Amino acid sequence: MSVHPLMQELAGLYSEERLLTRPGQLMAYESDALTAFQQRPAAVVLAESSEEVIETIRLCHAYDVPFVARGSGTSLSGGSLPIADGIVIALNRLDRILRLDPEERIAVVEPGVVNLKVSDAAKPHGLYYAPDPSSQSICTIGGNVAFNSGGAHCLKYGMTSNHVLGMTVVLPDGEIAELGSESLEGIGPDLPGFFVGSEGLFGVALEITLRLLPIPQSYRTVLAAYNSLHAAGDAVTAVVASGLLPGAIEIMDALAIKAAEVGAKAGYPTTPALLIVELEGEDSAVDAEFAQLMQIIEETAPVEVRIAQTADERARIWKGRKAAFSAVGRLAPDYIVQDGVVPRSRLGDALAEIDRLSDSYGIEVANVFHAGDGNLHPLILFDGREEGALERAEELAGEILELCVDLGGSITGEHGVGMEKLAFLPKMYGPTEMQAMEDVRRSVDGKSLANRGKMLPSGEAESLAHVGPHPLEKAGLIFRD
Amino acid sequence: MVEAVSTVAEIQEGVRTAGRVHVLGGGSKPALSTNCPASDALALNLSGLSGVVEYQADEYTFTARAGTPVADVEAMLAERGQYLPFDPPFAARGATLGGTVAAGLSGSGRYRYGGVRDFLIGMRFVDGRGQEVRGGGAVVKNAAGFDFPKLFVGSLGRLGVLTELTFKVFPQPPAFATVTADFDSLTDLLSSLHAVTGGQIDLHAVDFGPSDGGWTLWVRIGGLDATLEQRVQALRALVSAGENAPRSIDALLGRDEDDLWQQTRAMAWLPEDVGLVRVPLTPRRITALEEALSTGEGAARRYSVGGNLLWLGWPNGDATAGTPNLNDLLLSQDLRGIQLISPAQKHSPDDGKGPVLGKPLQNPFLRRVAASLDPAGKFGGY
Ligand SMILES: Cc1cc2nc3c(=O)[nH]c(=O)nc-3n(C[C@H](O)[C@H](O)[C@H](O)COP(=O)(O)OP(=O)(O)OC[C@H]3O[C@@H](n4cnc5c(N)ncnc54)[C@H](O)[C@@H]3O)c2cc1C
Repeated sequence: MSVHPLMQELAGLYSEERLLTRPGQLMAYESDALTAFQQRPAAVVLAESSEEVIETIRLCHAYDVPFVARGSGTSLSGGSLPIADGIVIALNRLDRILRLDPEERIAVVEPGVVNLKVSDAAKPHGLYYAPDPSSQSICTIGGNVAFNSGGAHCLKYGMTSNHVLGMTVVLPDGEIAELGSESLEGIGPDLPGFFVGSEGLFGVALEITLRLLPIPQSYRTVLAAYNSLHAAGDAVTAVVASGLLPGAIEIMDALAIKAAEVGAKAGYPTTPALLIVELEGEDSAVDAEFAQLMQIIEETAPVEVRIAQTADERARIWKGRKAAFSAVGRLAPDYIVQDGVVPRSRLGDALAEIDRLSDSYGIEVANVFHAGDGNLHPLILFDGREEGALERAEELAGEILELCVDLGGSITGEHGVGMEKLAFLPKMYGPTEMQAMEDVRRSVDGKSLANRGKMLPSGEAESLAHVGPHPLEKAGLIFRD
Repeated sequence: MVEAVSTVAEIQEGVRTAGRVHVLGGGSKPALSTNCPASDALALNLSGLSGVVEYQADEYTFTARAGTPVADVEAMLAERGQYLPFDPPFAARGATLGGTVAAGLSGSGRYRYGGVRDFLIGMRFVDGRGQEVRGGGAVVKNAAGFDFPKLFVGSLGRLGVLTELTFKVFPQPPAFATVTADFDSLTDLLSSLHAVTGGQIDLHAVDFGPSDGGWTLWVRIGGLDATLEQRVQALRALVSAGENAPRSIDALLGRDEDDLWQQTRAMAWLPEDVGLVRVPLTPRRITALEEALSTGEGAARRYSVGGNLLWLGWPNGDATAGTPNLNDLLLSQDLRGIQLISPAQKHSPDDGKGPVLGKPLQNPFLRRVAASLDPAGKFGGY
């Protein structure tokens, strides 16, 4: 069997232990956090420098082989799923914080830097990096950039794109582009803003300039328990209408509360719904706002209210909330999570409908979500060993996405379209929009090599399979267990 | 030829038939709009494409047609205690939403929660083929598809014609206060600036500029009325925490405070018959830039957004002629500027650069994106 010339070239670029081609080595890269999808790449390269990434992309371009960048592989939408017989460019080793400038309040980082590491490094200077996805202790800034990741604190300070000032990127044919600058302001089209959220289709971010914020002087966090999700939703409406601008407004339902208990021993009250509201800012301002907030919350007739008095208590409230996600995994063997968005005022309708769907499918759904910006996170529980269970769970997930579109929202608030929601983007945008996006992608990446088959329907470039060392199944893009 | 349009269909028709298209809004940034690049271009005046389509106060969003005056929108929002936190400039001169987005303009208030790029969440535009395309969405959080709204911020009409815009808004703080301080030198001011911007007080605006014999700093905070006094005390301490204390320090509240920022928004500090150039930068660049500027004719300056933006009053009509000229000066500082108002209103030849000065915009990513949205280069291209 002949070895594909690309593989020969890559072998010249990477030492043996950084060029993975054996099935045993590739296994760990065959899926991301959307484990229902698996795909074997031709090879995984463990890049250690920008130059290696650039050269790898140039080679892929020269040989018409698709590639996908990979951070920590925590994508929930199949974004970092390998492309059949393509190359995975693993960026974890590009994990240096190149510069942290406390005076200008910026950090220049490589893409493999873990989100939380940025805040850790900034902390001695009284600064932090605001976007805080629940996965922040493992996910990378590169992955955050590709998906415009959010977190519990997006309401006030926005998502990743609101915190990226500049980037050096390598386009899908190896050309380098500088986007943005170190200033908060710019001239000309907002290119960093357009690159963020492009799901790897525009190339790979090699250096990212992040904005840091001063750590708030104090936080006041309140947890309120309600007899129904509807009552918790009404409380959100009341808080929002008051003119207060909390840093976070989160809701969890009974099943999510149970998960938080199993996963983090959160000690939450066991009620049908919990609301978490957090204010942040200067001591005196937060004190006054908190008094106002408590008055509003009292009026919404909660069954129990807990106020975090110390940093420890605050951490405990958030630990349960942030753990709820992965802890759901302990309530059922498998789950898929959606992250559609609905207008805030339609949250009640959306939750009632999800409840109805859950009943009619006979599938349990846990809800834990960013209520402040209408960003749902229904966790759909199933047992993948049961015949047809995954398909039914996906069908339910699809109905929830259509519901979000029908209510005037979005199919994804932060997890991206990836592989998983490919069929749903055209339900949110019309044919003209889909064509415009495809045109832009084609203009940036003439061969559709960068993360082919994600977000937008795939192109038809050749893949390694024809002569590659691993003649993989060509039947379809997706393998399911 | 200037054509006033009031419907999307008219814009589409214009784009399809014309060889070259140029978009005009409220005319508040004349150097951008009257500098019509080519004589055979069709100039579309969008001020007729006006009006709010939908305002959902409890969603913190509204949608309006591109030609809608910013001032109208601000009045509508104020009735519900909301505002556009990025403080769009030139509202009093008739700026439109579309012009503000296309020029990528944010004012002093941008410091707190972000600029026009952070508040534009959805839009429609007519592309170079004459098709109307929707980008983004109507909800405050959305990660589906390419982020066209961001791309069009600062696009200067060179990617397509904006027709409809959806913004996120915020509740307006019930009250504001401003601490102003006079320093002997720029060095003293910058040292105070670092203390203030690195501190834990939530700042709405941080502006500064040369004043008689020294430099003045204006720092704005907002929030519940009852808390302001105590917070102003803390802010005064922070403003004085630089290497050399200010020679005087004062606090403004109420009407006076409001007037100060109204005037800032209206660029009242800008002398008559002087052009206006906008220069993004970072605080660290300021000292060198000030040195370079001091060798030329006296230019009026107002720094904004905590030193991330300079509004520069440039006396010379043609910023690219003479020595030293502003174009060369910005180039030497590795900066980029954009001329918003030119005093003489000279129509410069279309050199493909438009009103951009200093570091050129050319960028391989932008070139590729522009080529797909406007293949025939009807909007001028990049
Ligand atoms: C338990 C759990 C909780 C989560 N919570 C949240 C949450 O609260 N909010 C949220 O938004 N997400 C959340 N996520 C999703 C996920 O963590 C984010 O999408 C994250 O940004 C992915 O980062 P990563 O490093 O794992 O990227 P990967 O999964 O490795 O890659 C994601 C995408 O980014 C692309 N990519 C990676 N690096 C680059 C680069 N340098 N340049 C260009 N493209 C690149 C990949 O090709 C891929 O398409 C959660 C995931 C898990 C498992």
